[in-house]
Amino acid sequence: MTEARDPSTSPAARRAVLRQAASIGLATGAYGLSFGALAVTAGLDIWQTMVLSLLLFSGGSQFAVVGVLGDGGSGQAAVATSTLLGVRNGLYGLETAQILRPSGWRRLAAAHLTIDESTAVAVGQPTPGLARLGFWATGLAVFVGWNALTFAGAVLGNAVGDPRRFGLDAAAAAAFCALVWPRLKVTDARLVAVGAVLIALTMAPLAPAGVPVLAAVAAAVVVGVGRWGSP
Amino acid sequence: MNGWTTVILAGVLSLAVKLAGYVVPHRWFSHPRLARATGLMPVALLSALVAVQAFTSAGRLVIDARAAGVAVAFAALALRAPFLVVITLAAVAAALLRARGIG
Repeated sequence: MTEARDPSTSPAARRAVLRQAASIGLATGAYGLSFGALAVTAGLDIWQTMVLSLLLFSGGSQFAVVGVLGDGGSGQAAVATSTLLGVRNGLYGLETAQILRPSGWRRLAAAHLTIDESTAVAVGQPTPGLARLGFWATGLAVFVGWNALTFAGAVLGNAVGDPRRFGLDAAAAAAFCALVWPRLKVTDARLVAVGAVLIALTMAPLAPAGVPVLAAVAAAVVVGVGRWGSP
Repeated sequence: MNGWTTVILAGVLSLAVKLAGYVVPHRWFSHPRLARATGLMPVALLSALVAVQAFTSAGRLVIDARAAGVAVAFAALALRAPFLVVITLAAVAAALLRARGIG
């Protein structure tokens, strides 16, 4: 990634991005621990659990697979819900592809690491060099932390007990708060955030899991394509 | 569909969807308004994820300990707390409420 360095970027700024990436890797790792435990208690074996974390590698979709199967849902329903939730990663890729402009094997690697966290860190950086550093560092930190602690969680199994007791579900929601927070400095983004929350909560009782989050994209389209807010 | 088929199909489709974002030509999205819309998409999706993860349970709207966790998270963010502190405080807030039988 040497050629990706931006000369205008200070070493201190790069260190700050790396620290953020490491702390996100640790934080999502803790969530991975609960995923591993939940997957095993839902009836998957350790290796199926690890294939989800290594290959699917998208927390929301993985929890969807385990949740649907754990509730007695079909494999088809689990795959559909997971894929619907994963469509947002494809949308993130539209943006991260512009920042990274990867080719060859790096395109596949970048695609695999395109998740909420890596995208949020990349788009939150002030310079293209920091954005690229943020994407790769965060993607790799989350991949390592997520998989290592998924394995630990699957091995520990029921030892973690109910992750709700430790507030891990609240920590997951808080992680998304922290990821969206730096993006809310401009009026357009705040409008989109309010619209997205209203759309998601209105649709949650009506639509299958995953759809309310996807439908919230309408808020970005309306504000982005419309004439409101900053030019 | 058995467990292995489900797991591998979900994984392959996840990667395929991610890759689609990289192979769609950039010029399709080069119009300023369209670019602005795609730039705002992560805000929409992340905000919706906060809402769904904090205020819904199995498709029902609920207010429980997670809402308190999110409130604590936003307070910590407003005070410029680092990421790890933000999510730890949210987890502790929710866990403490549940330990008292709330949420």
